[in-house]
Amino acid sequence: MKDFALARLVAMRLGLGLVSLLLVSLAVFAITSLLPGDVAQELLGQAATPEAVAGLRASLGLDQPGWLRYLHWLGALFTGDAGKSLVNGQPVVALIGSRLPNSLMLAAATALVSVPLALCIGITAAMWRGSFYDRLVSTLTVSVVSVPEFLVATAAVLVFAVHLRWLSALSSVSSIDGIVSFLRVFAMPVLSLCCVIVAQMVRMTRAALIDQLRAPYVEMAILKGAGPVRVIWSHALPNALGPIANAIALSLSYLLGGVIIVETIFNYPGIAKLMVDGVSTRDMPLVQACAMIFCAAYLFLVLAADLCAILSNPRLRHR
Amino acid sequence: MAALLEVSGLRVTARDASGGEVTIVEDVGFSLERGEVLALIGESGSGKTTTALALMGYARGGCRIAGGSVRLGETQILSLSASGLRALRGRRVAYVAQSAAAAFNPSRRIMDQVVESALIHGTMTRAEAETEAVELFRALALPQPYRIGQRYPHQVSGGQLQRLMAAMALITRPDLVVLDEPTTALDVTTQIEVLRAFKAVVRQRGTTAVYVSHDLAVVAQMADRILVLRDGRMREVGETARILASPEHPYTQSLLAAAAPRPHGDGVVPEEAPPVLEVRGMTAGYGSLTAGGAPLITVLRDISFSIRRGAALGVIGESGCGKSTLARVIAGLLPMAQGEMSLGGEALPPAVEQRDRDQLRRVQLVFQMADTALNPSRSVGRILGRPITFFHGIKGKECARRVRRLLDLVQLPASVIDRLPGELSGGQKQRVNLARALAAEPDLILCDEVTAALDTVVGAAILDLMDGLRKELGLAVMFISHDLHMVRAVCDEVMVLYAGQRVELGSRASMAVEPWHPYTDLLIRSVPELRQGWLEEAAAVRAPEDAARRTACAFYNRCSVRIEGICDRTAPPVQAVAKGAEILCHRGEAELLSMLPPRRRHAA
Ligand SMILES: Nc1ncnc2c1ncn2[C@@H]1O[C@H](COP(=O)(O)OP(=O)(O)OP(=O)(O)O)[C@@H](O)[C@H]1O
Ligand code: SF4
Ligand SMILES: [Mg+2]
Repeated sequence: MKDFALARLVAMRLGLGLVSLLLVSLAVFAITSLLPGDVAQELLGQAATPEAVAGLRASLGLDQPGWLRYLHWLGALFTGDAGKSLVNGQPVVALIGSRLPNSLMLAAATALVSVPLALCIGITAAMWRGSFYDRLVSTLTVSVVSVPEFLVATAAVLVFAVHLRWLSALSSVSSIDGIVSFLRVFAMPVLSLCCVIVAQMVRMTRAALIDQLRAPYVEMAILKGAGPVRVIWSHALPNALGPIANAIALSLSYLLGGVIIVETIFNYPGIAKLMVDGVSTRDMPLVQACAMIFCAAYLFLVLAADLCAILSNPRLRHR
Repeated sequence: MAALLEVSGLRVTARDASGGEVTIVEDVGFSLERGEVLALIGESGSGKTTTALALMGYARGGCRIAGGSVRLGETQILSLSASGLRALRGRRVAYVAQSAAAAFNPSRRIMDQVVESALIHGTMTRAEAETEAVELFRALALPQPYRIGQRYPHQVSGGQLQRLMAAMALITRPDLVVLDEPTTALDVTTQIEVLRAFKAVVRQRGTTAVYVSHDLAVVAQMADRILVLRDGRMREVGETARILASPEHPYTQSLLAAAAPRPHGDGVVPEEAPPVLEVRGMTAGYGSLTAGGAPLITVLRDISFSIRRGAALGVIGESGCGKSTLARVIAGLLPMAQGEMSLGGEALPPAVEQRDRDQLRRVQLVFQMADTALNPSRSVGRILGRPITFFHGIKGKECARRVRRLLDLVQLPASVIDRLPGELSGGQKQRVNLARALAAEPDLILCDEVTAALDTVVGAAILDLMDGLRKELGLAVMFISHDLHMVRAVCDEVMVLYAGQRVELGSRASMAVEPWHPYTDLLIRSVPELRQGWLEEAAAVRAPEDAARRTACAFYNRCSVRIEGICDRTAPPVQAVAKGAEILCHRGEAELLSMLPPRRRHAA
C-alpha cells in the first residue's frame, strides 16, 4: 500500500517529465523554424534562380505546412532517425554519434572533479561555520558564482595558454595518448566549467547542512555526548542528503549551458560545438536533434533532483 | 554525605539585538541529593530551560554561561574542556527534550537513537544496549517492546515518542536526568500515561532528576522539591507539600491561584435568551466531495448545538479532534459539506463569500496566535480602525474615539495606540486581537485557544476580561480549548468532541455530575489535580489499544466499557441523561453509572 503510493508519486513525476519533453520538442521545432534565413537559399548561394531554390525547397520538404513537418520529424525521432544534415547529407545520428562521447567525457570529468570537491568544501564550511575558513569560502563562492564561464574560460586561455604557454588554447581530442596529454586537453575546459558549479554546490551543501544543524535533534545529539564528526555524519548529513542531491542535480543541469560556451571558446569537438556550427549553417535537422539532446538531459537532471528530494524523505519512504 | 548536585551562583547571559549582554539567569543555586526529584517551575521566559541546560554545561546559540559553579559528584562541570563535556553528556547527565517529535532524528530508526549514547560512551556493546533498551521500553509501558525500536520516529505517537526519549536518556544509567517539559506537548489523556511511566521508572531506578515544567499540578505528582523561577531569579524553593500548602512568595501564590481557576459567573443563562447561532447536522472536512456528499477527509460529523445570547459554549477535545475546524466552518472559511446554520434565526450561508457584510460582522474569529494574526507593520490604532471603517463606515475623529473606547474595553492604556504589535507583550497582543474582533460589534466571538499561548496568570486575566465583556455587551462566545479546567470555569455549556463527533453536550453543572460519556470520563480523570498523590490514586484509565481499525463508535478502541459486537458495528445513538446532558453512547445511563469506576470526589 505504502510502496504503491510512493510508486505512484514517482510514476507521476516520470509522466510529467515525458509530457514536458513533448512540449519541449514542440518548442524546439517551432523556434528553429522561426530562425531567419532559408537553407535552400544558403545552399545555392545568392546567384541561384528562384526556380532552383523552389525545387530544392520541395525536395527538402520545406514547402509542407509546419505541423506536418513537425509530426514527420517527431515520428522519425521516435524510430531513432533524426534526418540527414542539410549541409553535407550525412545522417544526423552519425554526426552526433561521433561528437557525443567527447561531450560526455567533458561532462563526466567535470562532475568527477566538481562534486567531491564541492561536497568536501561545503561540509567542512558547515562544520566550522562562523570560522575564518567558512567566511573565506562564503566570500569566494559568492564572487565566483557571479563570474560567467566565458570570462573564466577567456582568462584561463590568457593565463595558461598565451602567457604561461603550459597548455594549448585549442583542444584536440585525437591527440590524447596518455595521462599528461589528457590533462593538457581537459584541464582548461574542466576548470572553467567547474568554477561556477563548484561554487553553487558549495553554497547549497553548506546551507542544507546548516539548516539541519539548527534542528533540535542535533542539539539532542550534542547533549548525548556526540562529537562534531558524529553530529555531521550520522545526524545532519542523512537528513541533508535530499537537498544536497537536489542541489547537485540542479548544478549539473546548469553545466549544460556552460558546455556550449566552453566548447565554443576552446573549439572543443563536442556536441555543443556541433550545434553552434549547425546554427551558423542553418542545418535545421542537426540543430533540432542537438537541442533535443540538451533539453532531454536538462529535464532528466531536474527530474533526478526531484526524485532525490522525494526519496530521501523518510516519511515518504517508510509510512 | 555531600549532595550529588550542587549549583551555586549560576549566571547565564545572552546577546540582545543591539549586541549588548543581558542576564537571563541570575544567581541560581540549589543542591540535590541522590534519588531526589527537583522541579524548576516558572512561566515561559523565566529561564527554566536555560538553567536546566546549564547543568550539562550547555548554552544555546547566543547564550553564554557567565558565572557560578555546577558540581556533580566530584566534577566541576563548568570548568570541563570540550572533550570533558562530551564525556559527561549522555553518560552522567542525560536530557529529555520538550518536543520529542523534533528531538528525534527523522531519518534514523528509533533503536539506533536510543542506544546511541551507550555506544558513544562505550558503556555497553550494541547487543547489551538493545537488550537494556527493550527492558526500558517495557518498564515505560510501551507497546510491542521488541519491535517498536525498528520503527522511524514518525511512525509512533507523540506520547510514545516522549517515553522513547526517556528510554534514550536512561540507557546509560546516568547520575542525573534533566526533563524539560516532557509532557507539555501531549494531550491530557496521553500525559497521564507518560507521567505514570516516568514516575515508575524514576522510582524503580532511584533516578535523580531535575523536572522542568510550568504546570504545578504535574509537578505536584513528580517532584520532591520545587524551585520557583521568575525573570531568571529564584523566588522560592522548598518541599513540594510545603509550597502547595503555604507558598511564601507572592508570585508563587499567584501561580497557585491561577492554576485552580475559580468559576466565573453563575453558569446559568436565562432560558428565554434567544439563540444567536444554531447548527444542525454539520458535516465538514477537507478535500473534494465524494458521491455521498461528504468530504474526502471528513473531520466533523453530524454536529448540532446552539449558543444563546450572552452565553459561553466551551468546546473541548484532544488535539486533532476538529476543534479549530469547527471554528473555521462557522466562520465560513471552510464551507461545510452538509447541515444547516442559522444566525439570529436567519439561514447563514456556508461560505464566507456568500455572506453579506452584516453577517460577516456578526461572527468574529479570534485565533490562538495573536502574533501571526496581527499585521506586524501596522500600529495598534490602524489595526483597530480598519474593521471600524469596514463594517461601520466610520472614519476620522469618530473612528479614533471608538478605538480609544475599545482599548478601554480590553483594559489597555490609550498610549499603545501608536505602537506596533512587536512592541507589546503576549498578553497585550491577545487583548488587541480581542479588541479587533470587538471592533466589528459582533454577536458571536469564536475564540480558538486564546489563552493557550499565554502564561497562566496572564491567561486568567484575559478570561476575566472576556467574562466581563460578555455581561456588558451581551456577547455570545465559543471557547475552544484543550483545557478542561478553563472550560469548566468560564463556560455555561460544554461540548465534548471526539474524532469529530459530539460525544457529550451539557450544562456546566452537568459536567460536574456523573455519568459521563466514557471519553469525557477519561478526560476528567486525566486532568492532574493540584495535590500530591493524585497520580497514584488515579485509576489506570486506558483500555488495551487494538490495532486501529475503523469502528462504528470512534472511541471503541480506547473505551473501557465497550460492548463487543455492538459498539464496533452500529453507530451509537444520542441519549439524554437525567443530569441534563446528551451523550453519544450505546450504554444506558444506569450502566455508565455502575460500570465506570466511581469518582473519589470531583474537584469542580
Ligand atoms: N488543510 C487540511 N487538510 C487536510 N486535513 C486537515 C487540514 N487541516 C486540518 N486537517 C485535519 O483535520 C483534523 C482536525 O484538525 P483541527 O485543526 O480542527 O484539530 P484541533 O482539534 O483544533 O487540534 P489542536 O488541539 O491540535 O489545535 C486533524 O486530523 C487534521 O490533521
Ligand atoms: S458506544 Fe460503546 S464503545 Fe462507544 S463510548 Fe459508548 S460504550 Fe464505549
Ligand atoms: Mg486547534
